[in-house]
Amino acid sequence: MSREMTASLGDIVPELILLGGGIAILLYAMFAPRRAQVGAALLALAISVAAATATIAMLDGGQTLTFFDTYSTDDVALWSKLIILVATIAVIALSVPWFIRDPRHGEYYMLLLFSSLGAALLAGASDLMEIVMAIVLSSATGYILVAYHRRSKLASEAAIKYFLISALTSSSMLIGVALLFGLAGTTTLSGLRDGLPDDAAALIVGAALIVAALAFKMGSFPAHAWMPDVAQGAPAPVAAFVTTVPKVGGLVALARLVSVLPDTVGWRPLVALLAAATMTLGNLAALWQEDVRRLLGWSAVSQTGYALMALAALGRSALAIPSLMYFLLAYVVANIAAFGVVVELRGRTDRASYAGLARARPMLAISLVIAFLSLIGIPPLVGFGAKLALFTAAIEADYGWLAIVAAANTVVSIFYYARVMAPAYFDDATAPVPVLGRWAASATYILTATIIVAGIAAEPVLESLRGAWLLPR
Amino acid sequence: MESARESKPLLTATIFVPLVAALGFALLPGTSDDSRRRITTMRIAATLLAAIPLILMVVAWLRFDGTGQFELLESTRWIPTLGVGYKVGIDGVSLPLAAMTALLFVASIAYPVDFGGRAPRYLALMLFLESASLGVFLALDMFLFYVFWDLSLVGMFFLIGAWGHDGAQRSALKFFLYTLAGSLALLLGIIGIYLKTDPRTFDIPTIIEQGVLPAGGAYSTLVFLGMFLGFAIKTPMVPFHTWLPPAHVDAPAPASAILAGVLLKMGTYGFFRFLMQMLPGTFERFAPALGVLAVISIIYGALVALAQTNLKRLVAYTSVNHMGYVILGLAAAGWAVTGEERAQAIALTGAVVEMVAHGLITGALFLISGSVLTRARTYEIDALGGLAGRSPALTGTTAVAAFASLGLPGLAGFVAEFQIFAGTLSIQPWLAGVGLLGIVLTAALFLRMLQKVFLGALPDRWREWTDLSPAETVPLGALLAMVLVIGVVPFWLLDVIDSTATAFTGP
Repeated sequence: MSREMTASLGDIVPELILLGGGIAILLYAMFAPRRAQVGAALLALAISVAAATATIAMLDGGQTLTFFDTYSTDDVALWSKLIILVATIAVIALSVPWFIRDPRHGEYYMLLLFSSLGAALLAGASDLMEIVMAIVLSSATGYILVAYHRRSKLASEAAIKYFLISALTSSSMLIGVALLFGLAGTTTLSGLRDGLPDDAAALIVGAALIVAALAFKMGSFPAHAWMPDVAQGAPAPVAAFVTTVPKVGGLVALARLVSVLPDTVGWRPLVALLAAATMTLGNLAALWQEDVRRLLGWSAVSQTGYALMALAALGRSALAIPSLMYFLLAYVVANIAAFGVVVELRGRTDRASYAGLARARPMLAISLVIAFLSLIGIPPLVGFGAKLALFTAAIEADYGWLAIVAAANTVVSIFYYARVMAPAYFDDATAPVPVLGRWAASATYILTATIIVAGIAAEPVLESLRGAWLLPR
Repeated sequence: MESARESKPLLTATIFVPLVAALGFALLPGTSDDSRRRITTMRIAATLLAAIPLILMVVAWLRFDGTGQFELLESTRWIPTLGVGYKVGIDGVSLPLAAMTALLFVASIAYPVDFGGRAPRYLALMLFLESASLGVFLALDMFLFYVFWDLSLVGMFFLIGAWGHDGAQRSALKFFLYTLAGSLALLLGIIGIYLKTDPRTFDIPTIIEQGVLPAGGAYSTLVFLGMFLGFAIKTPMVPFHTWLPPAHVDAPAPASAILAGVLLKMGTYGFFRFLMQMLPGTFERFAPALGVLAVISIIYGALVALAQTNLKRLVAYTSVNHMGYVILGLAAAGWAVTGEERAQAIALTGAVVEMVAHGLITGALFLISGSVLTRARTYEIDALGGLAGRSPALTGTTAVAAFASLGLPGLAGFVAEFQIFAGTLSIQPWLAGVGLLGIVLTAALFLRMLQKVFLGALPDRWREWTDLSPAETVPLGALLAMVLVIGVVPFWLLDVIDSTATAFTGP
């Protein structure tokens, strides 16, 4: 048995790199002098790049369940890991100038790596206990990251909200796991697929309780309330991280879970309703926001709603999984680019203070506009291909009404994105616009370029995702 | 539907030359010094760059055979996983529209306008918009079409918002919201068609040829309605027109000219390319409803225009009226009748000529209203008067454009409207009869406008009124010369359009 486990270690090389790297950073941060703390950032960058390289190397490998069917290394898990690591790399670059004056910021990067490890584990988890563990790892590090500025009231408030909703949903999830375990006698997803009864009240309750915890991770209705507060209150690079990375893990885990549930549970219409409610709620709440970071938080909620469309189409449209992964890539890149602009503008968050940005900082204004247009879904940016694929998958899965709701929501979303873009372009600046420095700017521009390039050159990504499936199957 | 011959990347160059030029201008540093010389140099450079697509379109015109099929095709793989290809080409409908677009952009970019200290960015946006607009007409892949379609919206949004006046931000947002709502309805329709292709493709010639979505059933009706909504908002047809007057009035004059001359045509072009060619059966079923809506647009647009005291609003509403003529012609061409193929081809040809004519004429009228604004600081017709003596060039160009717009024989508008009504009369005499009232109303409103602005006593405040400068007369002259040419010798244009019209309706 132990030999089998040792052999399986090759399936989790990226995870091991993150784990070992995190510990190495912790040790470094403990012993390095204050002025050398920034070395932890470089270390974290190198570790993330190494983990990403290892993931890419695995892309064409065998897609198997490993560790006694509790963990999968399918294309979806690998792509999720890749997206998570790209996001982590970008967030590290944004964090360097933001935390540079913080005397103890070395350990921040350890938390960041552990948090992305949690999200990566969540994306590969094929076992309920594994899901629980991944959620807890990702959340526990998340609280600290959000509250990293200890003296900020907004940050504390956001962290407490984040923690309370997390505690509530995580504990309810344990009840759900217990229920499903009782019904099927196993916690592996492959065992659940074969062992769950077709209809039992306990099954519905148990599944719903687990879905609630995943809804928390991805910021979907009804556990979305932390998203705007965290976006507004957390350090801006952390906001970029927490609104994107856990979402990748959460959505993939939910996709894995629902695809082993029997159709008789009615999960499909439920996911569709969840999608419609989430996108509508997020968009309506974002409409009149005067705080750009809060606006981005609500927009993050609505984007989860769009992503859930793919889950409603699982098994009915060949595009369901490619559209989900392509959308996650599009969303993560655009959302971090938008937050990157906020970071580079030293966390500037009042909508009125964005007036005249195009004259004062033309490159940042263009980045912001491109990120927003991609979030809206304007071609040829990456967000368009993603939305097109999502709409197509939904219509093909007989969820045409959901596609119409999503289209209507997209129109609504133009309004609030334009409320930031318009003054930035059409008004004159009222005050000088100080910026943070080269690191954040470079990361933002690279992400912006990616939005354009990944939109026009969508073929390699889609080609690689074509025929991707979810384990277990 | 395709001719096998592949040609040199003529059309691709047409689309991408202005895009590259736009990038170049966007990278130029801002003009805080704003020297007149520098600005004039930049405008001339942009005009010359904008003229390259026009020259290429002339070449395309000379190479066009009129086979009734798509010609000068250029294609390459793009996203084969989704069935997306890069494909451009022309037929007898898209060629005249693209050529008109190229001409109107040259005139609009050449036209002097207050750059507000941001000349490079303005010119970059105009060139970007030229690229997107040409792309809409030349694209033969629904995905590619949609890309350019949305980009044109984005370009126009920033043009109106940044260089407009009065409530420009509000108007820009309204324009963006309305037309993007239409875009998304269109997108759902496109996906609806795409899902019925096998193997999955966005290729327009293939879809037209295979007739993937026959009439009947809720699915094709929904697809039709989604696309109809997208195109009807863009055209705009009553009751989807409410975004148009504010956008036109608050936009800078060249942007208004492009908006009316080019962007509205995207809607009517979509009616033909998507609704009529891809969904002919469903279009037949909806033709009567479209005909009625068209007549309502004609009459309503004319009546509201008649009530306007604002010069630009007046021209804006005549656009609603003229787009009504176009849709009427298209409805007649797609009507479910047999044995009237010739009349239908005439109506269709007339509709396309109207698109071209309206682009040139209304483009000129909006440029003129911009000239009025820079001199008078107002669009109010009642504030003007007696200008004929002070400004013969302004009077002459306005008179020609107005007479062309009301359909005076010898000018382009007449050729168009004559054919539309000649074709429609033998298919639906009632609709044609009511629609003709629109022409009477348009005549009345333009004559009244001309009289109020140019005749009568010259108010004292306009004693110093200056006539059009050469920078204004040359672009206007080019547009109006084309109006005259089409009016007097229309055959070179009619033959091109007729090749596709006849192929559509049958001989």
